Amino acid sequence: MTSANPSPLDFASSPINQALTPGRKIELFTQMVRIRRFEQAGLKYYQAGKIGGFLHLYIGQEAVAVGTISLGGPDDHFITAYRDHGHALAVGMSMNECMAEMFGKQTGCSKGKGGSMHFFAPDKNFWGGHGIVAGQTPLGLGLAYGLKYLGKEGCCLCYLGDGAVNQGAFHESLNLAALFDIPVVFVIENNGYSMGTSQERSSAYGGCLAQRGEAYGMEWDVIDGSDIYEVRAKTHIAMERARREFKPTLLEIDTYRYYGHSIADANHKKYRTPEEIENYKQNHDPINVFRRKLVGEGILTEEEAAAINKSAQEEAAASVKFADESPAPTIADISTDVYWESDNQTAASKIGRHFFDS
Amino acid sequence: MSRTLTYREALREGLDEELARDPNVVIMGEEVAQYNGAYKVTEGLWKKWGDKRIVDTPISEAGFIGMGIGASMLGVRPVMELMFWSFHSVAFDQLVSNAACVRYMSGGLCNCPIVVRGPANGGTGVGATHSHIPEGLFAAFPGLKVCAPATPADAKGLIKAAIRDNDPVYFMENTLLYGNSGEVPDPAEGDFVIPLGVADLKREGTDISLIAHGRSVIHALAAAETLQNEHGINAEVLDLRSIRPLDVDAIIKTVRKTNRVLLIDESKPFGGVAAMISTIIMENAFDYLDAPVQRVCSIDAPAIYSPHIEAEQLPNPRRIIEKVLAMA
Repeated sequence: MTSANPSPLDFASSPINQALTPGRKIELFTQMVRIRRFEQAGLKYYQAGKIGGFLHLYIGQEAVAVGTISLGGPDDHFITAYRDHGHALAVGMSMNECMAEMFGKQTGCSKGKGGSMHFFAPDKNFWGGHGIVAGQTPLGLGLAYGLKYLGKEGCCLCYLGDGAVNQGAFHESLNLAALFDIPVVFVIENNGYSMGTSQERSSAYGGCLAQRGEAYGMEWDVIDGSDIYEVRAKTHIAMERARREFKPTLLEIDTYRYYGHSIADANHKKYRTPEEIENYKQNHDPINVFRRKLVGEGILTEEEAAAINKSAQEEAAASVKFADESPAPTIADISTDVYWESDNQTAASKIGRHFFDS
Repeated sequence: MSRTLTYREALREGLDEELARDPNVVIMGEEVAQYNGAYKVTEGLWKKWGDKRIVDTPISEAGFIGMGIGASMLGVRPVMELMFWSFHSVAFDQLVSNAACVRYMSGGLCNCPIVVRGPANGGTGVGATHSHIPEGLFAAFPGLKVCAPATPADAKGLIKAAIRDNDPVYFMENTLLYGNSGEVPDPAEGDFVIPLGVADLKREGTDISLIAHGRSVIHALAAAETLQNEHGINAEVLDLRSIRPLDVDAIIKTVRKTNRVLLIDESKPFGGVAAMISTIIMENAFDYLDAPVQRVCSIDAPAIYSPHIEAEQLPNPRRIIEKVLAMA
């Protein structure tokens, strides 16, 4: 197994992973399984008409959110785009509040006002869940700017997809991050497709997308997203660079999504071959890869893995029940959470007309 | 005791006082620090407060405004200068999808206490791209607040209220007002803050209400003097000061008093502030009108460059007087 002849690419033996206790490793595995079961339940009820709008599944990318977020300390913050379910569960949001949000219920994390693309948990340092491609990248920069301004030794992990790298806001963010020495780590989760257009057809690049960081004098790295150990080892270096030196990094984590861009993406089996998808499932699925490693390390048995899977399925089913039985927002709820001053009934909120419904 | 300050100096004094009051207030924008501000509003502030509080940014509006929004979610209170409000369009996604909506989409978990300020006016010979007047545009987004002061005292009082407000406030100034002087209360007499959402009756009258904001208020006051002196018409001038929140009560009150209304608005006629005020009057004071509500807006075309004709595209005293006389 891995311990017999460690190679330079054996990330299990890197110090940050050596520091993981067996119990913590099983926790990370469990989180990955929970994300997958949560999303599969979401898919089922999306197809049953219980969830509106879009549903961008993270299935196949779980090691990225779980691996990177597992490195977070009390002053590290996270922000992502619309494919946000994995990050939400990884920061510790409950399946109930997330499923209820997708069902559009009052008990949802955003009270049913955000939906699948807009999960938030500021108390867990998670700042969304943003719907516009690359629109969150200046915000992630700003969170990191705020940390530095307020004198915190922390960083912001700002996730984006490979489709976001061609937006102006992202390049403006890279420039400002390097110019101002901002402790931000941009994480490109490269699943190979910006909606239905492959990387080759959407991006001009030399070796890889992360190399664009070089133009801004920024450190960059490429990571195999199917190996949670590699994700942790390399992301840790970038986070330390941010926290200790206020230097940003651009990471590209290669990953894959089993499903389409969103479940409304009916063409996803046309622009990808069945063989491509099957190869990934067999050889690169981050959950299968991690399970085999843990079994190999003697930490986990197949029976225990199956029990974790079953428990996650039950938790997801329970979250569906919770969401389904929760009350919908009322018409009056439409008009709250617009202004802080109004919600808090401050003196300022009582001066002048804020809303113009006749 | 009041002193006379220019609009620019009054704004600067307001910014300076808020920088002193709250260590989380930070001013960012293009040329705001070492260059002392493209229009010298922030002159001297970098020298006084240093690099941390007064930050020069690259020409990168989407980047630095988004950065300010992100920082505000953690408790920093950025006051960001747009060299011209006309540059809003390159930062539009940040200004409306992020600043205006992040509180709502998070079910009230986030808030965004930012101020974005800068001049928003025509009349300076810089052509259509630099002459947009977007107060009505941004007031149309719930979640945003918008104000447009006309005088030095209002500029100071409102910028202080805007910085203290816990919601995003878009503060629209005017390059042609920066040099205007006016009375501003002395700081020794106490903290001078004008709440958002309070209109100001700048001139009392009985025959017609001229309702305006920003530089149009100055034109309305000039027109009112001429109307009084040459035509015996006693016009009332109501300065909205704040567009959202809006002092609807003050609007209805003046309509009930004079029964005739002319709205003066530097934005274009379609969907501008004046269009909204007109609807509010129809909804709330229809029975008090003796004549249809009329408007003087900018002539409905992109802003013309030619210095020979530019002032005629905008509201001005002549256009206001002609319209009032036609209504009489």
